[in-house]
Amino acid sequence: MSIAAATPRHWKKPPAIKRAWLRWALVIGAVVYLAAAVGTTEVNWTRVWEGLPRGERFFAAFFPPNFTARSGDIIDGILESLWMTMVSTVIGIAVSIPLGIGAAKNIASPPVYYFCRAILAFSRSFQEIILAIFFVKLFGFGPFAGMVTLSVATVGFYSKLLAEDIEDMDFSQAEAVRASGAGWLQCINYGVQPQVMPRMIGLCLYRLDINFRESAVVGIVGGGGIGATLDTAFNRYEFDSAAAILLVIIGIVMLAEYLSGYVRGWMQ
Amino acid sequence: MLRIKGLTKRYRTGDMALTGIDLDVPDGQVMALIGPSGAGKSTLIRCINRLVEPTAGSVKLNDAEITSLGSRELRHARRRMGMIFQEYALVERLSVMENVLSGRLGYVGFWRSYMRIFPQADIDEAFRLLDRVGLGQMADKRADQLSGGQRQRVGICRALIQNPELLLVDEPTASLDPRTSRQIMRLVKELCIERKLSAIINIHDVMLAQMFAERIVGLQLGTIVYDGPPGELTADVLTKIYGEEDWSATMRKVDDDGQGAADATDNGVAIEGRLPQRDRMAGLT
Repeated sequence: MSIAAATPRHWKKPPAIKRAWLRWALVIGAVVYLAAAVGTTEVNWTRVWEGLPRGERFFAAFFPPNFTARSGDIIDGILESLWMTMVSTVIGIAVSIPLGIGAAKNIASPPVYYFCRAILAFSRSFQEIILAIFFVKLFGFGPFAGMVTLSVATVGFYSKLLAEDIEDMDFSQAEAVRASGAGWLQCINYGVQPQVMPRMIGLCLYRLDINFRESAVVGIVGGGGIGATLDTAFNRYEFDSAAAILLVIIGIVMLAEYLSGYVRGWMQ
Repeated sequence: MLRIKGLTKRYRTGDMALTGIDLDVPDGQVMALIGPSGAGKSTLIRCINRLVEPTAGSVKLNDAEITSLGSRELRHARRRMGMIFQEYALVERLSVMENVLSGRLGYVGFWRSYMRIFPQADIDEAFRLLDRVGLGQMADKRADQLSGGQRQRVGICRALIQNPELLLVDEPTASLDPRTSRQIMRLVKELCIERKLSAIINIHDVMLAQMFAERIVGLQLGTIVYDGPPGELTADVLTKIYGEEDWSATMRKVDDDGQGAADATDNGVAIEGRLPQRDRMAGLT
């Protein structure tokens, strides 16, 4: 008891960065940079003010949306986009499965692992627009270039998440299958696949959703689909048709969102 | 007959998990492997079926030298060794039946296993085993819907459907309550007697080891420091295996439980057989 009654000992949470000078240098540096960045940003308020009525006119031109004038083009564009979405998702995931398994550190041998990780890092290093510009140069204008773009983007996305999900799995379940004398493919099918399947189906639906939205973007740089239709409408100053196209895109994305949420909920 | 000679395992980190283990397990013997955490118990049984590659030494199951097998022969050798895991290691999203049948994967081609078309004999045997452990009604339940004791019984079925010659059992009771632990150990013991199987059981619980094994091997820092009958496991021996501690409580409890367990009736599992007399007398005093 006498020890407990001794002078109270001081305690403070140890700082994340131990060296005091480094800690203060980082804090002061960050504050100075932020102040300088804000201070040197030039905002021309008169131009912002003049821009407001222009924006108003621009938006007014959207209304009422005109679905009928270019209905043929819109339907063609949507169908093309849906085709690009479906085909690129299927191709992308088909390529992703072996790549993702190879890029999972806990089941792949080191050479296979580094090879797959390298492909994966490469396909992830470029944003869709940059890929699309590249593939449009390669294959020419049209939905094929867009489809290839979305497939490559899907591979980067899906195989990375698949690999990470495999790395997070409970290894003992796969080990138990291996201990029974199962072959490699059987281990994957019995020990790994059941553990990652629900999440992978969810991600597949999510990627379908992303690919549809991206199909509108890659179209603007020449990748075909509804994006191309949208770009044409803007170039012709047919803002009412452009508004109609945007509404259709919003509608389809919301529908896809709802459906994929429903399917995922049903799967759990 | 399992013959282990000079078995050594050095991990890539440089840690010596096993240093020249020599161990013979005759047919039909149920052997418990005890020792502190990190003594190399898990490594030892994983070196036998080469889930862990041994660094040196020889493992012979009957006449087959396990350590030098190529991957195809190794898979064939693994079929003869059933393994039961700590925390069950069932594939949780597969059904009970699929888990049990996964014990036959070494005998069935990929496409048949992929389509879940197993030979009728395997399916019959799976149902027979599930009935034997009292889970005949659970075949189509998902493994993660079962309780701990039920899951470990499925794990036992998965090992036995391989029709093994040797059971490797890794901490079978680590996450089970005391009563379920006894039921599981009794079940393993009885099945070994029924099928004349030999078994190596890694176990933390010294009392359970004494109750259900006919031979105890104590492992400490990768070396065997005790090998003998359960009755000779004195406080001195326990100190040699685990380090200095007051063992009197452990030893007295062994006696009490040894008698209690033999009388206990088991509702989950239909077990008719009685334990051999020596297990009742497994206490130290």
